[in-house]
Amino acid sequence: MLAIIDYGVGNLASIRNMFKKIGAEALVTNDIGKIREAQKILLPGVGAFDHCMTLFNASGLREIVTRKALEEATPTIGICVGLQMLMEGSEEGKEPGLGWIKGRTVRFRQDQLGNLKVPHMGWTSVRSCKTSGLTGGFTEDTRFYFVHSYHVQVADPRDELIAAEYGTQFTAGVERGNILGVQFHPEKSHRFGMQLLNNFVRSY
Amino acid sequence: MRRIRVIPVLLIHEGGLVKSVRFKDYRYVGDPINAVKVFNEKEIDEIVILDIDATREKRPPDFRKIREIAEEAFMPLAYGGGITSIDEAKQLFNLGVEKVIVNYTAVHDPGFVTALARQVGSQSVVVSVDVKKNILGKYRVFTKNGREDTGEEPVSFAKKMQDAGAGELFLNSIENDGTYRGYDLALVTKVSGALGIPLVACGGASRVEDFAAAVSAGASAVAAGSMFVFQRPHQAVLISYPGQQELKEKVFSRLEVK
Repeated sequence: MLAIIDYGVGNLASIRNMFKKIGAEALVTNDIGKIREAQKILLPGVGAFDHCMTLFNASGLREIVTRKALEEATPTIGICVGLQMLMEGSEEGKEPGLGWIKGRTVRFRQDQLGNLKVPHMGWTSVRSCKTSGLTGGFTEDTRFYFVHSYHVQVADPRDELIAAEYGTQFTAGVERGNILGVQFHPEKSHRFGMQLLNNFVRSY
Repeated sequence: MRRIRVIPVLLIHEGGLVKSVRFKDYRYVGDPINAVKVFNEKEIDEIVILDIDATREKRPPDFRKIREIAEEAFMPLAYGGGITSIDEAKQLFNLGVEKVIVNYTAVHDPGFVTALARQVGSQSVVVSVDVKKNILGKYRVFTKNGREDTGEEPVSFAKKMQDAGAGELFLNSIENDGTYRGYDLALVTKVSGALGIPLVACGGASRVEDFAAAVSAGASAVAAGSMFVFQRPHQAVLISYPGQQELKEKVFSRLEVK
């Protein structure tokens, strides 16, 4: 069973719907016992970075999720701000991140974007930077739906899994051991999102 | 390659899916959930669902129906119609709606847009701006399905909504709606030129080339109704969506950012 961690941020229905569609057992939960049993963890996140970190810290779930991710090496994927939470910190806020991936989250710089607007909202092509179970089946048509003003910068270039371009090239996905994260919204990216989540379910 | 979002707009009226001409003359198109399923298979960029009865009937969104739709929508879903409180908006997000579209409430209380944006984030708040020329030939913002003239001029209204916290504007040309005569490019140019936030152009699209024209005029994304639900010349109901190859050739490849 895959546990979608419900620490108080909204809109987990879409993620659950997509797992249902691909026939994977996923549970939206804040139950420590259920999370303990999970074979996979999905850490969602939406809205402001500090808001997410504060809610997660106060949820009583950080300890069990950390134990699963770091000690038991349970495959764990962060989505959107959930990815940013894996980093050491963010320009958007003051709260420290989890620090499971070295590096920080920074804002898109307008001087690199020309007349493109922030947030980056829409569909953007991506490419896989290394061989990985998560990006199996990616082609030149692969694209995902993004909504974000901030993106991660990994300290160790080997952690970069997916790259995309919006005025400037940025990291759209990371993988270090059992810790993964994507900036886009697979749950809103029809065929491509189903493929990615399916990869996470079946290849890890 | 830069892409722009190409967005089908579905109208819900008396429980069914309809399409209008100039915000009137509704024609039944089918069942909304089936339509969403078909659009899903066509791998569309985003979908807009508008309940055009809710405000007039002074009732909240039909959450049960929206839940059914959201369960089938594996693309970003924007919903508008009858949203008058932050609680209602939050309920919609919990069902899997990505963005809420406000019109009547925003016109009468811009502070609602501010409060909403503060609670849910600007990127999830869209204000729809329905525009028609008045008897003096001046563009004016209308509400209540084009029935009520607000007296507001579109550019200043759009700026006011941006300042209030809207993350995106959905600009509808009432006169071009359902007419296949292309977007009102003069209107798109005027309004987008005054905005920092993305503008979605809607009303009048008949072919893929119209999308490129709207983007050249300043739109960040394009929306259409009739073009995606009817097949001309006989207006038979047929759900369609341009293929990626056609969009690449006729739209995306011409968008390269200077």
